Amino acid sequence: MPQLSMRDALNQALHQEMARDERVIVLGEDVSGGAGGTSGEREASGGIFGVTKGLLPKFGEGRVLDTPISESAIIGAAAGAALAGLRPVAELMFADFVGVCFDQIYNQIAKFRYMFGGKSTCPVVIRMAMGAGMNMGPQHSQTIYSLLTAIPGLKIVIPSNAYDAKGLLIQAIRDDDPVIFFEHKALYPRKGEVPEEAYTVPFGEANMVREGEHVTVVAIARMVPFAERAVDALAKEGITCDLIDPRTTSPLDEDTIIESVEGTGRLVIIDESPPRCGMACDIAATVAQKAFRSLKRPIIQVTAPHTPIPFAPSLERLYVPGPPRIEAAIREAMKDE
Amino acid sequence: MSDSTTLTGARLVHAYRQMKLIREFEERLHVEIATGDIPGFTHLYAGQEAVAVGVCEQLSDADYIVSTHRGHGHCIAKGCDVPGMMKEIYGRQDGLCHGKGGSMHIADMTKGMLGANAIVGGGPPIAVGAAIACKLRGNHHVSVAFGGDGSANQGTVFEAMNMAVVLKVPAIFILENNGYSEHTGASYAVGSKDLASRSRAFGMPAECVDGADFHAVFDAMGRAVARAKNGEGPSTIETTITRFYGHFEGDPQNYRAKDEVSKLRVTMDCLKRFRARVEADRSVAMADLDRIDAEVSALIERAVVDAKASPPPAPADLYSDVYINY
Repeated sequence: MPQLSMRDALNQALHQEMARDERVIVLGEDVSGGAGGTSGEREASGGIFGVTKGLLPKFGEGRVLDTPISESAIIGAAAGAALAGLRPVAELMFADFVGVCFDQIYNQIAKFRYMFGGKSTCPVVIRMAMGAGMNMGPQHSQTIYSLLTAIPGLKIVIPSNAYDAKGLLIQAIRDDDPVIFFEHKALYPRKGEVPEEAYTVPFGEANMVREGEHVTVVAIARMVPFAERAVDALAKEGITCDLIDPRTTSPLDEDTIIESVEGTGRLVIIDESPPRCGMACDIAATVAQKAFRSLKRPIIQVTAPHTPIPFAPSLERLYVPGPPRIEAAIREAMKDE
Repeated sequence: MSDSTTLTGARLVHAYRQMKLIREFEERLHVEIATGDIPGFTHLYAGQEAVAVGVCEQLSDADYIVSTHRGHGHCIAKGCDVPGMMKEIYGRQDGLCHGKGGSMHIADMTKGMLGANAIVGGGPPIAVGAAIACKLRGNHHVSVAFGGDGSANQGTVFEAMNMAVVLKVPAIFILENNGYSEHTGASYAVGSKDLASRSRAFGMPAECVDGADFHAVFDAMGRAVARAKNGEGPSTIETTITRFYGHFEGDPQNYRAKDEVSKLRVTMDCLKRFRARVEADRSVAMADLDRIDAEVSALIERAVVDAKASPPPAPADLYSDVYINY
């Protein structure tokens, strides 16, 4: 099976879906780039991370729209195009830019179907690059999925590998509900086996990345490969873990997490976001409500600190939970026996 | 291009009926809201009817509009079911949106009505998106964003206007300058003193018309639609207009001079002016308009009676239609 980076897997998904369904359009800043430039090179960018490369030459300016830097208009236009029967894939260059178009996401897109009495469909996908690890500082590095997971009406997708990224993006484009699709920047080069043909990965079904008996580890996005390293290292010492990647935080596959905790009695949650009101809290609360009596010891959350994301590489490394912290947390979870 | 000199008597009567429907709908709501039977927050469109109707008489169900918090007039003008709207405003299960949207969120996709919108400035970006769809399908239809002098100060409107010009889409921005953004005068809050010049600065033509003159609005809209369908991109129409009631029902309107509305009801009443004009040029028989008055009055009475008799949503409706599947 071909090895593809997550970036190329996402690019392949966009190519295949645009070829399959002419209602699919792509819009955003520099999704092709080059318009109005002096070089005459029309596709000068293909997306700042290269995810939309090759779409403009293949599908044309009618379906691949370079927009001004106007995030409210980009997301609002995606919403309106979706109400009018298209299936737009809008790109928000960085997830942090949600701040300037939040109204269109949470007051408009998320609420249309409910407040219009079920008579509208808004099949929009909003892709956004997120995550720390590239020294982009406080306004280009956040993982704000918990903020959007809290909003009824949105589906939230967070792939951790190339295979899932392609299948989840195709599912997102074919899905009739609005989908927010988070892409961790540090995972774009991460390679994995990706089938050539189009396929979907369903929402609300977690991936059991590793199976074990002592500790349940839940990790999201870049925390999944970090947790793999920690879990694999501990396995050599005889400590084995269920490692669960939820893949979507809305809907969230609670059953897989609960069932695992019922078996292990120990839960460690890894989240690159700050600790308050985040996914780690949400999953911890769910387990505390539904599997409290299975727990042998308190739940452990491994998160970023309650701070903005610092620029200095030395501080950013401290900010992001890495394999050593994850490993230490799993050991801590084993201590009471 | 469709201009008002080509309108037949029947079409003029239809336009009058639409304006009268809006007026009666709003005047009746003003009365019913005072009884306490209608929940929530309502913004009446009375006084501005010629704008909604002048614009929408140039459109078909395949054209799109996006409306505002003051949206009843746009909904009626675009063909939304009036009894269904009344039930919606009363919060009833068989309202147009099953009672889950209310006055500020009435929509009907089958009529190209993409929603009233309670966020000032929320609509224009959405209208640009629908215009992208229109362009992709060959510019046979247009997408209209209604807004006021209040929304004209929102950055989202500027973003939408610029993007519409850049992408050259068939979008039409209708700016209803009714002189007040909530409780603050446009003479204070609009730095440029007019709105059309802002649109021109973004690179699109913009006309200023008398919003109480149905014929003038209809003709300006005809020019904007022709331009859009010709692939020439967006336009703006700024209409000077007034609202006969407050920002919301219950607004004491302390910011308006005591006799302001009563004077405007004489000079800026689009229905009176329409009647005077078609009587003078003999394009419509007054008896036809009198018949419409009676018909509309009965329709609104029935809509209120039916709405009051309709059941509220069921408890299970709280949970429905958040997602298509989840």
